[in-house]
Amino acid sequence: MEMTPIAISALAGLLERRTGQQLNANRRWTIETALKPLLRDLGLETLDGLVIRLNGDDRSPLADKIVDAMLNHETFFFRDLAAFDHFATEGLGLIHAARAERRRLRVWSAGCSTGQEAYSLSMAIAQQTRFQGWDLGIFATDVSGEAIARARSGLFTQFEVQRGLPITTLMRQFDPDGEQWRVKANVRAPITFLQHNLLSPPPPGRFDAILCRNVLLYFSLERRKAVLARLREAIAPDGVLMLGAGETVLGLGDCFTADPQVRGVYRPA
Amino acid sequence: MKTCLVVDDSKVIRKVARHILETLDFTVEEAGDGQEAMTACLSEVPDVILLDWNMPVMSGIEFLRELGHTTLPRRPKVVFCTTENDTAHIRAAIDAGADEYVMKPFDRDTLESKLQLVGVA
Repeated sequence: MEMTPIAISALAGLLERRTGQQLNANRRWTIETALKPLLRDLGLETLDGLVIRLNGDDRSPLADKIVDAMLNHETFFFRDLAAFDHFATEGLGLIHAARAERRRLRVWSAGCSTGQEAYSLSMAIAQQTRFQGWDLGIFATDVSGEAIARARSGLFTQFEVQRGLPITTLMRQFDPDGEQWRVKANVRAPITFLQHNLLSPPPPGRFDAILCRNVLLYFSLERRKAVLARLREAIAPDGVLMLGAGETVLGLGDCFTADPQVRGVYRPA
Repeated sequence: MKTCLVVDDSKVIRKVARHILETLDFTVEEAGDGQEAMTACLSEVPDVILLDWNMPVMSGIEFLRELGHTTLPRRPKVVFCTTENDTAHIRAAIDAGADEYVMKPFDRDTLESKLQLVGVA
């Protein structure tokens, strides 16, 4: 497939205007592969042809499809298991102590892709007897409408359920559905999926815990600060934030600071 | 280096599994059925066994049950790797002592994830 700098710039511009995400040099080469199925569906040969078909309309259904194809939807169940477990026990433990009277827990999975993180959270919290009987709400958002639709379906392919999910958990929490696996209603029940751009005002309410993992890296420095400012608006004053492995708030303003007691947990400043 | 015994009557599957496992830094041994696998285990216990279900001579589930009655210096982790993807087979494998279960077809991510879950990768 032919890739001209003009087509790449046009597509990178579309992605940035729609999502705030940057297509840096490392990701530019991946868009050729990412857009190949769409080109095939449209009977087009080149990215130039795609840009011509788009005709500068950022809000068309075609633009939606291009943006969805260029976003990285990589995720899996219980991703970075050790860090996830640590947050689910120690990080949420801080909230458990602080909300013992109200017995209400609100969590935001920010940038949830196809939903594996939100479902992992639901399963991890349900496993903790200390949260039994609590009013649990998990908001899971992603900028991709296609990813949110898939997440909402609760249906996962055989490959997806075999990444990160122990077989005993699969048997307990999922039902076979044709060639796929459907998450059970009790795991699905506390989760609300919404399409949402992290640079936009956050979902209403204050969250006790926010997970925003492997998302900041797709934004410029300035936009990372803007995203953290949005998360700061959304988090309870004593809430806990988890970032992805290798991500930090250092150098990204003063919205959050590392919790001195619990590794991997950030607190609103 | 960890060792993995790949037990499958298909040479192609053994070759594919070997290739993936070697990229994950495993030393790989192969067996074509449950009986060969038992002989291999009695000679040297691997860290993990990747086990097909349907094989001639001795099936995977027969091998697993036999393994449960065999005294070895240590118990290898057992990961079923089969096209038997229904819940009845999975439940039977877990009941027989399987540590994990891979539904074919598999790829590198699947295998790596399952080996991590049983603590050998």
